[in-house]
Amino acid sequence: MQIVSVTDLEKGFDGLGVLKGISFTLNKGEVLSVIGPSGSGKSTLLRCLTQLETVDKGTIEVCGDTMVSTDDKGEVRYAPKNILHAVRLHFGLVFQNFNLFPHMSVLRNITEAQMHVLKMTKAEAEKSARELLVKMGLEDKEKAYPCHLSGGQQQRVSIARALALNPKVLCFDEPTSALDPELTGEILKVIKTLAKEKMTMIVVTHEMSFARDISDRVIFMDDGLIVEEGKPEELFNHPKNERTKKFLQRYE
Amino acid sequence: MVQLLQQMLVGTVTSLKIFALTLIFSLPLGVLVAKGRMAKNPIVSSLVNAYIMIMRGTPLILQLIFVYFAPYYILGASYDRFTAVIVAYVINYAAYFAEIYRGGIQSIPKGQFEASEVLGFSKIHTFTHVVTPQVIKRIIPAMGNEVITLVKDTALAQTIGVAELFRVAQNASARQFSTMPIFIAGIFYFIMNAIVAKSFDKLEAKLNYYN
Repeated sequence: MQIVSVTDLEKGFDGLGVLKGISFTLNKGEVLSVIGPSGSGKSTLLRCLTQLETVDKGTIEVCGDTMVSTDDKGEVRYAPKNILHAVRLHFGLVFQNFNLFPHMSVLRNITEAQMHVLKMTKAEAEKSARELLVKMGLEDKEKAYPCHLSGGQQQRVSIARALALNPKVLCFDEPTSALDPELTGEILKVIKTLAKEKMTMIVVTHEMSFARDISDRVIFMDDGLIVEEGKPEELFNHPKNERTKKFLQRYE
Repeated sequence: MVQLLQQMLVGTVTSLKIFALTLIFSLPLGVLVAKGRMAKNPIVSSLVNAYIMIMRGTPLILQLIFVYFAPYYILGASYDRFTAVIVAYVINYAAYFAEIYRGGIQSIPKGQFEASEVLGFSKIHTFTHVVTPQVIKRIIPAMGNEVITLVKDTALAQTIGVAELFRVAQNASARQFSTMPIFIAGIFYFIMNAIVAKSFDKLEAKLNYYN
């Protein structure tokens, strides 16, 4: 079942095109990795999906709702606020630098949105937050503050925070780029577990072996375009496009 | 001596009233001014900016005189001196507080706003539960400075004839042909500010549980 569909997405900053016509779909339970050089528009793509940026052109459909569409005259139309809010909650986003709330305990980082946005009671929220912390291997850290955790632990809290709203799609924006190499493993392990549980995910990453390992499909982006798309074994072992080949060579 | 101390205590109460009332009104007013200063509407932001520039760019003593005498010369109406002091101090301090708030708000990393947005927080919830607690921690040292200055600035109220602590001390000084009362007043100010500084230290320590 298709849950995200993006058509002809364009986005520029001050006249500089960052996304130049992106189209792809995402099925339920699928893990999609997005790879490509820095500045190719990978993060901007995630930011358009999660409404942190407004698109210049294109259509995005999520779980049957049209979040944004563009008519024949090129006029971009976003859905009404209530639909945008619902669509926003379909996406969870894990940031490169965590963006945890430093003044809140680990537990409250997770329960804050459950209580304020999902209107769960404190007891319900804490119960579900504790379950998530167990899953992340952080059950003894609920009272800690983010500044007392390692980068890997902080990132696991932020994954728990995103999962707390039961998103349909979990997006990762270079989740290990701010971590020491020895800490990336623990994050990749968590993402792998989620993949096994059939969580639908879009992972923007520079970890090629990881992308090859967990993805059902890989997209290679360069200069605001999808250059190549395919199953990981095809794309990594037999890249068709010259640019893909060149890019992958650097990782060998 | 006992009589002098009694008089000075009465003056101190007036000073403390000016101090407390100014804070009660200027702390929240500063939030509005900061919001106006950061407004996207260029007319609003430049008007607010002009107000801040006047408040910071002219002496408080002059503003005090203006606030008290301007209504009389323009409208022929006079009003209570004490009220004039509060009005003048509130609009002056709100401008300073607003700039401190603005600095604090703008120092909050963009990621905090983005995380709040992605989690579906309302704008108000983001402001009250994510931004404000972090801003308070960051602006405490600057606010401490400003509040200490306010304690000393209450002495200016005598300019339009409000009998606060310093005025009482000066009067006593003139009566006794001695500067002693003024030095005693100095000790009074020092004690008040020691309490203010201590309170800010405590608040800072209380918010030290995170970085």
